[in-house]
Amino acid sequence: MSFSKTVEITETSADTRRITVTVNGTPRVVEVEPRLLLVHLLREGLALRGTHIGCDTTNCGACTVLHDGNPIKSCTMLAVQADGHEITTVEGLGTPSELDPVQEGFHREHGLQCGFCTPGMMMAARALLDREPDPSEEDVRWALSGNLCRCTGYQNIVKAVLWAADKQRGAQPAEEDAR
Amino acid sequence: MTALDEVKIGGLGASRLRVEDQRFVRGRGTYLDDIKLPGMLYMEIVRSPLAHARITRIDTSKAWQIPGVRLVLTGEMMAQRNLAWMPTLSYDTQAVLATDKVRFQGQEVVVVVADDPYIAKDGCDAVEIDYEPLPAIVNPEQSAAPGAPIIRDDKPGQTDNTCYRWEVGDREATERAFAEADVVSSLKLHYPRSHPSPIECCGAVADFDAGTGKLTVYMTTQAPHIVRAAVALIAELPEHQIRIVSPDIGGGFGNKVPVYPGYVHAILASILTGRPVKWIEDKTGNLISTGFGRDMYLDAQMALRRDGKILAVRMHADTDQGAFFADAQPSKFKVGLLHSAFACYDIGIGYITAQGHYTNKAPGGVAYRCSFRVTEAMFFQERMMQAAATDLGMDQAEFRRINLRRDVAFPARTPFGFLVDSGQYHKCLQVGLDAIGYDEFRREQAAAREKGRLLGIGISTMTEPLGAGNSREYDILGIKMFDSAELRVHLTGKAILRTGARTQGQGHETTWAQIVAHELGIPADDVVVEEGDTDTAPYGMGTYASRSTPVAGAAVSMAARKVRAKARKIAAHLLEVSEEDVEWELGRFYVRGAPERGASIQECAMAAYSNMPDGMEPGLEATAYYDPPNLTWPFACYIVTVEVDPETGVWDVLRVVAVDDCGVRINPMIVEGQIMGGLTEAYAMASMQFQTYDADGNMIGANYMDYLLPTAWETPGFELHEVVTPCPHHPIGAKGVGECAAVGGPAAFVNAVIDAIGDAGVRNIDMPLLPDRVWTALQTRQSVSGAPPVGRS
Ligand code: FES
Ligand code: FES
Repeated sequence: MSFSKTVEITETSADTRRITVTVNGTPRVVEVEPRLLLVHLLREGLALRGTHIGCDTTNCGACTVLHDGNPIKSCTMLAVQADGHEITTVEGLGTPSELDPVQEGFHREHGLQCGFCTPGMMMAARALLDREPDPSEEDVRWALSGNLCRCTGYQNIVKAVLWAADKQRGAQPAEEDAR
Repeated sequence: MTALDEVKIGGLGASRLRVEDQRFVRGRGTYLDDIKLPGMLYMEIVRSPLAHARITRIDTSKAWQIPGVRLVLTGEMMAQRNLAWMPTLSYDTQAVLATDKVRFQGQEVVVVVADDPYIAKDGCDAVEIDYEPLPAIVNPEQSAAPGAPIIRDDKPGQTDNTCYRWEVGDREATERAFAEADVVSSLKLHYPRSHPSPIECCGAVADFDAGTGKLTVYMTTQAPHIVRAAVALIAELPEHQIRIVSPDIGGGFGNKVPVYPGYVHAILASILTGRPVKWIEDKTGNLISTGFGRDMYLDAQMALRRDGKILAVRMHADTDQGAFFADAQPSKFKVGLLHSAFACYDIGIGYITAQGHYTNKAPGGVAYRCSFRVTEAMFFQERMMQAAATDLGMDQAEFRRINLRRDVAFPARTPFGFLVDSGQYHKCLQVGLDAIGYDEFRREQAAAREKGRLLGIGISTMTEPLGAGNSREYDILGIKMFDSAELRVHLTGKAILRTGARTQGQGHETTWAQIVAHELGIPADDVVVEEGDTDTAPYGMGTYASRSTPVAGAAVSMAARKVRAKARKIAAHLLEVSEEDVEWELGRFYVRGAPERGASIQECAMAAYSNMPDGMEPGLEATAYYDPPNLTWPFACYIVTVEVDPETGVWDVLRVVAVDDCGVRINPMIVEGQIMGGLTEAYAMASMQFQTYDADGNMIGANYMDYLLPTAWETPGFELHEVVTPCPHHPIGAKGVGECAAVGGPAAFVNAVIDAIGDAGVRNIDMPLLPDRVWTALQTRQSVSGAPPVGRS
């Protein structure tokens, strides 16, 4: 027994379920209340704070993660529903030393300002590029239409995703204008 | 030795990629909700479901019984501590928790603090409150009606629902000008209530340490120092024992300037429980109770000569302030800088009156991506310009050309007291007209009309005052509006810079370092920027009203110049010449007449700690407080083309051309990002984004299902152009830019749709131009008002 295994039993501990969720490639076994939202499991239970919460009505997409490779809004799924599934969050993009092309594209094309929508945007973009390596501008706009950004006006986000697509396909990403 | 290439070291004009991106793209930003302290409790708020009602009973006993609930706060408990009411930033008071009655839907009534947010929500559900409903007042007309119930019966001496009255200009001269006019043009408008709605909501983590007496509050605030002052005054805590930390901010747009009741609740809850307390709003809480923008009615007239010359303007504005006057306006200007309207035109005479009204709606009227009501000013101005040109039968571009100030006219005083100091208005307009192909579009439009297709073009030209102060005229609660920077150059020539501003996506960590690079030749990558912690940052008024670059950015320059002045003395010592014989080029001092003999800024930094001249104070650092001599006056020309479907009233944007003259651009990439963000908000306001209320005071637009924000799918593409007129008084010639497109943009979209309809009967359609409103205008051939309903359900 080590100190990190210590769990304080409070009178509030309610009925819980044991679930196994594979997060960013690692199976995690956790006890959760049935009403716990997946986003709270990720952020609070597993301390993966890159996934953000921006609304209460499934509209903003700040909480977007991949569920078996498909983008979902983790504020609208219960943790218990993810039992037996694979979840990928922004922390699962790239490696500590090397960014995913999507991350690099957002940086190079100034696809973010405050950064709050960015993890969700990037996960939606990742899912698009996984199924369509050579998307059109229209494809990108449609794929991101479930994610709101208040800062950028989207034009640079679209450019960022197209940059990532080029890079990933080995095409020369568009030369940046005299930077 | 060749001089440094400024762009290579990330100086002025370099589109330097942002340093803050590195943490954000990895999901490693630290936003408020990411802060988790040991033993932290969570707070939730019970809000009023009614707009206006007397509270007859509050029973919190069932909430106290829920395991894990640690504290339940009521207005009565706040009142016992003299905290039931707090001052606003506009010399009014606001209820922290309701005691007597509720005055808007969503008002804070009870607070529950528990071990986790789910339990706190359970606690909220268990609170019982009885209300006795009162009639709700939802617009200024009802508010001013004789016999209207008095909303602010808590205020001694308040006998009606008037919040303020204000006037500016010369009434008699204006009357005379109107009497002499060939044509008088008039227009009535409503600029609807809109919410800044950053994706991240407001929140705080309050942590009071009884052992040290120190209160630390992590808070989503654009202005941490103002908040520290406010907390010191409200909670009567010593200011040196208060530390406000503004972590990474997920967008602000003016929403995160005011001090909200939730902050005060969290602070008191931490003091009472002895534990850190986190409060973070849900989206409905944010949309229903925190600072909205606009909600202003305008009645304007313009006196015109037949040849197109504007003789005078007259405006009256009614503002719907909600239940409390809770904006943050400069104290002298009750309706913000509304009187900046028409500043770009050569008009000598004008008169403006304004009246603020209390209503049973959420409090605010904040500067939403705007320099204090400038957005309303420029919208009214450019809508009025279109109506006047139409009345004169004159081309829209030509009418503007006749009245825009000429380049030789600066500096010039507006009839309302502003000093506009620079610009190339005619050039900007021409760049815009050429880019859109104005004449050709007019021909296309005529040809399309023959076939029953409705094309339209809208122009908006404006200059706006950004970057308050100067401190003679601008203060908030008496605190003068200046800003500050502190630069420390370390022994190895690397540096840390702190300012009193607070970035919320504008990229200060990137651009401030570029100003240092420009002034000192220290590569931008060698400068780290820190903001937002009142224990370490110099005193400043924060980031809003596009004031960061005009004020804090100027302070960065001035601090760097002080450092350079000291480094020059050190260089003279190192080079063994007198100071007068030392010349500067970027990054290096050298001996006049012998340029090969020099000392780099890095060598001077090393010497400042290891080899300073006799008698010199060691170290290389400086602090500058900057009080700008004037506001900065960027100019912009926005031109939009649209096609309206006559069958459905749906309109599509064809093109958006933006020409911005914001002076010298520190980082063109970031400037363009700001402009595109602003244009998107302009499109949003014109097309879909608004909050309204039904006759009972229920808010429509309290979540993202009802409050529509444009996505990547609807948002049009933007074509950006630039003209550069340096600001004559800013140390590097920069002007504010973050808000221009959101301020000047909306009128371009609306003008385009009205132009497409092309019917003299349709002078106006109130924003947002929803398809049903446009369709109604097409059918009835009349203007369409979007004002909230009068009369009861
Ligand atoms: S938090 Fe907004 S969609 Fe999930
Ligand atoms: S970058 Fe701020 S919301 Fe998208």
